[in-house]
Amino acid sequence: MPEGAAIVLENLTKRYPGHPESAVDSVSMEIKAGETVILVGPSGCGKSTTLKMINRLIEPTSGRIRINDEDVTDIDPVKLRRKIGYAIQSSGLFPHMTVAENIALVPKMVGWSKARVKDRVEEMLDLVGLDPREFHGRYPRQLSGGQQQRVGVARALAADPPVLLMDEPFGAVDPITRDHLQDELIRLQHELHKTIVFVTHDFDEAIKLGDRIAVLRERSHIAQFDTPEAILTNPVDDFVSGFVGAGAALKRLNLTRVRDVGIADFPTASVDDTLQSVFDRLRGTNTNELLLLDRRGRPYKWLRRGDLMRAKGSLARAGTMVQDTVTMDATLRDALEAVLLDSSGRVAVTGRRGDFIGVVDMETLMNSVHEMLEADRLNAIEHHHDLEETRAPQTRSEQEDAGGEPGERA
Amino acid sequence: MNFWEYLGNRHQQLLIDAYQHASAVFQCMVIATVVGVVLGVLTYRSDWAGNMAITSTATILTIPSLALIGLLVPPLGLGVPPTVTALVLYGLLPIVRNAIVGLRGVDPTLVDAARGIGMSRLARLLRVELPLAWPPILTGIRVSTQMLMGIAAIAAYASGPGLGNEIFRGIASLGSANALNQVLAGTLGIVILALLFDAAYVLVGRLTIPGGIRA
Repeated sequence: MPEGAAIVLENLTKRYPGHPESAVDSVSMEIKAGETVILVGPSGCGKSTTLKMINRLIEPTSGRIRINDEDVTDIDPVKLRRKIGYAIQSSGLFPHMTVAENIALVPKMVGWSKARVKDRVEEMLDLVGLDPREFHGRYPRQLSGGQQQRVGVARALAADPPVLLMDEPFGAVDPITRDHLQDELIRLQHELHKTIVFVTHDFDEAIKLGDRIAVLRERSHIAQFDTPEAILTNPVDDFVSGFVGAGAALKRLNLTRVRDVGIADFPTASVDDTLQSVFDRLRGTNTNELLLLDRRGRPYKWLRRGDLMRAKGSLARAGTMVQDTVTMDATLRDALEAVLLDSSGRVAVTGRRGDFIGVVDMETLMNSVHEMLEADRLNAIEHHHDLEETRAPQTRSEQEDAGGEPGERA
Repeated sequence: MNFWEYLGNRHQQLLIDAYQHASAVFQCMVIATVVGVVLGVLTYRSDWAGNMAITSTATILTIPSLALIGLLVPPLGLGVPPTVTALVLYGLLPIVRNAIVGLRGVDPTLVDAARGIGMSRLARLLRVELPLAWPPILTGIRVSTQMLMGIAAIAAYASGPGLGNEIFRGIASLGSANALNQVLAGTLGIVILALLFDAAYVLVGRLTIPGGIRA
């Protein structure tokens, strides 16, 4: 399975006849192989136009596009597009073809054998989490919005292109489905290592998905091109910080997982233990609290020293039920939420099968966040330096002027 | 002789006329469909050309059928050639019009998606645009057929084939014993043929419109 290819854009410009200003003005960008780069910016900033110039749905007026060191600016665009996956908003599935026919389109066009195409369709459906037997013969209108979008991604990846372009693919689905689809994409990318260029106007989506984010201003000028962490902690100017929006520190919590912070041990007991041993453990430990685990080792009840007395020695009645747990893959934001809701300010962390691993409390969270932000600041200062060098040709004054934007949609 | 006796007597001639009528309409429809869809495909992308195609085929339809056939006789002679030419010309408007409307109505994001995954211009047309525009085109073909059924009767004026002969013979001998029977048999025959064709189109629609876009 070919992994990602590097993409280099050199002074890519699009000028529409009859408009004095170019829609996209001299974008230069290097995208590493296997990287997910998000183009984010306000409506009409030319981010979509920039994306569509990569597969030449829009022909650049000037500039070069290189994919894996091959100059693709002048090759046959139809051939080029078959090597670049393309997923768009509201899936773009052909309503008169079944799910399987939609996915099979590109592999058939590039001349795969029938048997290979058939296997590939099943494989792709599996990959995006749809049961091949169930969904194979369905028409797009028989699917939910989220399922359609999954099939759209499956179609884009069917011929195994090294590059995947996504134009606001999750823009038209409800927030819960969008969240699922984003998680799916992260998982997919973990397996496939494609080079993904993803356009969105939703900065939170950008933070969640991107290895690096390019914040674009008018005419696709790059305001900042850096890791999500660096953009959150050190936006280069007012435009970027305006775009990041309020609550950068909170958003930063989305970027770190529970597994990355210190998980503390906590005294436990099992429901199978005798009352006496539980009692002894409670008295023996320094804390005056125990976590009672059920038979499969899952968090069950928080047990305080006085609880057993009050419940007249019955384990079944004593203590408070565990309301919420987080997994190792939960974001710090989720963990913080759970900690805030807990009366004692801590939350149990569980493994894959819900088994108890440890706890995270307020203090751990605060300490990790402070360390994180400090590290980000140092990194960002370094990156900032690099960026200044790369964008030297575009002068500041040119970027500041927000002149009449031609009627072009992002 | 009452109408039923007349039918019993002349059923052979009537069946031949009906068959020729149906066959003429069918063949003209095939030609009109091909010409109409090609015209639509060639013109739908340009506002000007598309409107031009619709307006000119609409203008043809305003020419009275008797006059058009009359005008075609001097250059083309009698019989089949003027009949076919006239019927094809009359049949064009609904097909051209629906082809253009249908092709223009294809969701532009789907065309964009088709380009984006690497379909050539021809593949886009054949695999995406025409299949999606097919339901309205088929409706156009259906309307056209109904129209041609009636107009084909006029062909008898230029010694063309079909049930029109029956009607014209009846009109020419008005007052004679079988005049009314002849006109009635020709007219009813055309109505029945039209209904049969319509039923056939429902079947064709079932078979050719993909499940995903069937209403």
